[in-house]
Amino acid sequence: MNRFVSLVAALLVTLPAFAETIAIVGGTVHTVGSEGRLENATIIINDGRITAVGSGLAVPDGVTVIDAGGKIVTPGLFSPIGRLGLVDVSSSSGPVDSAQTNEFFTASFDVADAYNRRSVAIPIQRIDGITRAATVPSPGSDVGHVLSGLAAIVNLGDKNALDKRGAAMVITLGESGSHYAGGSRTAAWLTLRNSLDEALDYREHKRDVERGMRREYQHSIADLEALQGVIAGDTPLLVNVHRASDIETLIALTEEYGLNAIIVGGAEAWMVADELASAEIPVILQVTSNLPGNFDQLNARRGAANVLATAGVLFALSDSQSESNNARNITQSAGNAVADGLSWDLALRAITLAPAEIYGVDNNVGSIEAGKAADIVIWPADPFELTTYPDQVLINGVVIPMESRQTMLRDRYLQMDSEKPPAWRDR
Amino acid sequence: MIKKIAALGAFVFLLHGCDRNAADESDAAFASRYKALSGEATLLKGATVLTGAGERLNNADVYFADGQIVAVGTDLIADGAKVVDASDKWITPGVIDVHSHLGVYPSPGTQSHSDGNEATAPVTAEVWAEHSVWPQDPGFVTALAGGVTSMQLLPGSANLVGGRGVTVKNVPGRNVMDMKFPGAPYGLKMACGENPKRVYGERGQAPSTRMGNVAGYRSAWIEAAEYRNKLAAADKGQGEAPTRDLKLETLVGVLNGEILVHNHCYRADEMSVMLEIAKEFEYKVGTFHHAVEAYKIGDLLAEADTCAAMWADWWGFKMEAYDGIRENAALVDKAGACAVIHSDDKIGIQRLNQETAKVMGAAARVGIDIAPEHAIQWITSNAAKSLGVADKTGTLEAGKMADVVVWNRNPFSVYSKAERVYIDGALAYERGNPAVNPVTDFSLGTAAATGGAK
Repeated sequence: MNRFVSLVAALLVTLPAFAETIAIVGGTVHTVGSEGRLENATIIINDGRITAVGSGLAVPDGVTVIDAGGKIVTPGLFSPIGRLGLVDVSSSSGPVDSAQTNEFFTASFDVADAYNRRSVAIPIQRIDGITRAATVPSPGSDVGHVLSGLAAIVNLGDKNALDKRGAAMVITLGESGSHYAGGSRTAAWLTLRNSLDEALDYREHKRDVERGMRREYQHSIADLEALQGVIAGDTPLLVNVHRASDIETLIALTEEYGLNAIIVGGAEAWMVADELASAEIPVILQVTSNLPGNFDQLNARRGAANVLATAGVLFALSDSQSESNNARNITQSAGNAVADGLSWDLALRAITLAPAEIYGVDNNVGSIEAGKAADIVIWPADPFELTTYPDQVLINGVVIPMESRQTMLRDRYLQMDSEKPPAWRDR
Repeated sequence: MIKKIAALGAFVFLLHGCDRNAADESDAAFASRYKALSGEATLLKGATVLTGAGERLNNADVYFADGQIVAVGTDLIADGAKVVDASDKWITPGVIDVHSHLGVYPSPGTQSHSDGNEATAPVTAEVWAEHSVWPQDPGFVTALAGGVTSMQLLPGSANLVGGRGVTVKNVPGRNVMDMKFPGAPYGLKMACGENPKRVYGERGQAPSTRMGNVAGYRSAWIEAAEYRNKLAAADKGQGEAPTRDLKLETLVGVLNGEILVHNHCYRADEMSVMLEIAKEFEYKVGTFHHAVEAYKIGDLLAEADTCAAMWADWWGFKMEAYDGIRENAALVDKAGACAVIHSDDKIGIQRLNQETAKVMGAAARVGIDIAPEHAIQWITSNAAKSLGVADKTGTLEAGKMADVVVWNRNPFSVYSKAERVYIDGALAYERGNPAVNPVTDFSLGTAAATGGAK
């Protein structure tokens, strides 16, 4: 009875948000914020958000304490590009929701509507430290579009998973874009320009369009509505492009139309690093893609991140193999960038705060600072090392169960001495 | 005659590097014409040495001469050898990738370069991957920087039987003969599951199901056994020899144990069925490749003495890869079977050490400790076993080819880089030293050749 009373009292005190307060104590905290690295630090989390971080902070009574003594604590990792929650099995068309062939919708194709937070792939990523992700439409394969729609930012928690709808407009240039546009790079640029021009025309003549007094557009009204954020400079173009000359043309186009852009892939972005820096165009780099997969990537190389860093380009790190089911491998990408000469701190930034900045959600995530969502990963050792796996992950202050379908499979087949067929083993 | 003498003179000069291959020289068509680069007797001193034979030696030396490992141990003395300080370094055997498509699906991946799948019939045992190999693939050079000294180049997996694979030394020459690993047996690429049934099923022809796949393998082996029997009978003077048949010749090579089966097969149930087919036709499955579910049948693999070649963590990109787990190789190894980490990827081949490390870390989480000296075998000696060249390379034992990698630290660290790569005792790659490092014709004038200074 007493217990009940005190529980009620506790509830009354914290009632406004049913908040749980958690203190993570004793770890070496890489805040990726203004406080840099803090030794023996304490992080206070209340109602899913970080309320304080510092060395030697007092821990309030009655809070849940997570001992991170001797551990490394980082912000949750941010997968900067991929199709998480849109794809179950990429080579089967049924479980793939990231691409479409319907001509009627391109720019307005919004993957947020398809995102599946219950995807089997989600726990597999988050127990390895991924807490946020950009999930983006893919251009298609044989049939595709220069404009393929709107990306979303999600968290890998179990509720309120959609952080930001329409975070970027995906476009594809280079060899693929040329193919979709009719076989030439020029056609791809014309397609893009036409889309922007129609969106501008629509904005100026909406009433006439509604009355049927304006020319026919190639785009549907839904697409032209979706493009309004782009031409207003609010929604960045997320551009799949590698070739330096294409990037130069892109820079000119963004200036002409007043657009914002993000480069994905960017095998030759290092060759125009200064131009990217002055145009303030960030790059999501594939760290280990050092071979010319096609003629757009003739000058692909290792160590491109160093060149971008020196020039002052904002960049996030990814890899061709880490963009979907293995988003978890961005720690390996970061480690490889460090092996190529990038500083450890910049590499961590490139998989936490940098993607948050690129997508305009850095007020909410990306670093361990008071006021931000409590996405925290506790590591037993250097997170970039291949033998390191997280001890614990928190997303929005929620302690995530450290299991996935893969750990279940593993545990089942660790019982090789069992007389029982696998289907009857403990689970 | 004069030409021959001149050539002999050159050989005497280069003798250290190539005499071991002389015995392999053959006038047969398509025979290896591999010649090692010119090397010198070398003593690497004071390193942590993982021998590839399961041992770790601290503060140890590795001595090689005439293209062969002479000795590994402490305080070695080698008069006249070039001495290289390797303190704080780690030394391993050269990395071997049992599953590569370099040269057959080279970079750049244009349609014109797509030479890996003869997807015109479900059984194409008559084709040889080596006849597609483009030695100017820049991927050979980037693999070398990852410590890869030998690899098997395979046909793709569109077909039930895709054709012969070829094992090469990673010394790109003017043609594939210049690269062929002397004395290595051929491989035969076979494929289970989704790929063949999709490729042919979509054309409305067999196979369109997994059971169709199995009928296809069995029919092929029946044909091969008949051909073999006719050949044997003709040998004894009973009847006429059959007309030479390239397809059946290769399949008979498997039945006779001369050609090793490399079977792309993801699922445990399918690998189990393939082992039954091998039982029926009395051949051996040397290695299952992409064996994503090998952990479910480690005991069966151990019993059949079949290797499982695996990725560390690829999963879910196709239905048959849905059950991939990072502990796969560790559980196969624990069951006593031959575990191999492979790439199937021009980027992944550059980091087989890193892929191995991911498995080590995942295994440690569940209390399976895999020491570096043990894990290195997955990408060296076990891979050599899979390719049938374990008597020639894969460990740092005296008499083996001096295929050696010097790493700047523990190779299972993400920060580790191969600093020096020796192939048959010759320095083929040195990190940051353009004077040593190769540049394929294709890469001339690109960042790969200029080091990015552009």
